[in-house]
Amino acid sequence: MAFITGYVRVKGREVMKNGSPSFSCSPDTGLDEFLEQFYGYTGAVYPKFYKMDRMCRAGFTAAELLLRDSGISEYKVANVGVILANATGSQGSDMRYLEASAKAPSPALFVYTLPNIVAGEICIRHRFGGENAFFVSPAFEGETLAQYTGMVMNDAAEACVGGWVDTMDDHCDVFLYLIENKPAGTALVLSGRQLETLYQ
Amino acid sequence: MEQLMNDLKKQIIEALNLKHLKPENIGDDQPLFVEGLGLDSIDALELIVLLQQKYNIRIENPQEGPKIFRSVKTMAEFITAHQAR
Repeated sequence: MAFITGYVRVKGREVMKNGSPSFSCSPDTGLDEFLEQFYGYTGAVYPKFYKMDRMCRAGFTAAELLLRDSGISEYKVANVGVILANATGSQGSDMRYLEASAKAPSPALFVYTLPNIVAGEICIRHRFGGENAFFVSPAFEGETLAQYTGMVMNDAAEACVGGWVDTMDDHCDVFLYLIENKPAGTALVLSGRQLETLYQ
Repeated sequence: MEQLMNDLKKQIIEALNLKHLKPENIGDDQPLFVEGLGLDSIDALELIVLLQQKYNIRIENPQEGPKIFRSVKTMAEFITAHQAR
């Protein structure tokens, strides 16, 4: 049995951790400004943040908040997976790359034209080497993510960072959770219904 | 050369999105890769694009890359030498 031991929800310009308010900005704050302030709030010092696209900044920073004070350090990094999804793929970065290519293709933009790069950035930061997956679906699908994560947890993974990271234009919709095989933190049993409830 | 190095620092900060840095934070002789500024291989590609776009210079021999991009000063020297041809 796998457990949701912590979760972070970012809706618009509000951030909640385990259901409690954590950080917020005024609703009319631009997405770039919000993500920089959220990053500053976590206290992380990671210059590569500034090279990331919006989706990676959002996922990276939410993961910083999620994993702070968690039991993640108990696990071998090779056994921690990252299973994510969204609805818009890497469309924001795809369009920015296309626009930039009219003048000159930008390698720094090109590397973000794949949605799974956000999983990569989280893995690089925390040295996770477990199973990685990134799904694209029209809406958040708790059942799909719960089932896939459950399979991964039944195999070699000792823990998983999972969830939804979607940024497009000025919109930010992030839901990250930590899954462990033992009850800790919020200790909610992993199920599709539970993930859907926490996502709302 | 001084003006060129100052321009390069601003262009590097903008091209590589090094928002946490100001031009005065980048030393003329400071290594750009590995140590120093800690740039990576993607940044190297961006610098090649920068040379093409801003200075109309293509690097003919890729093996010269590490020497050219060692520091802002070596980049400026390369640009100056190339523009004098």
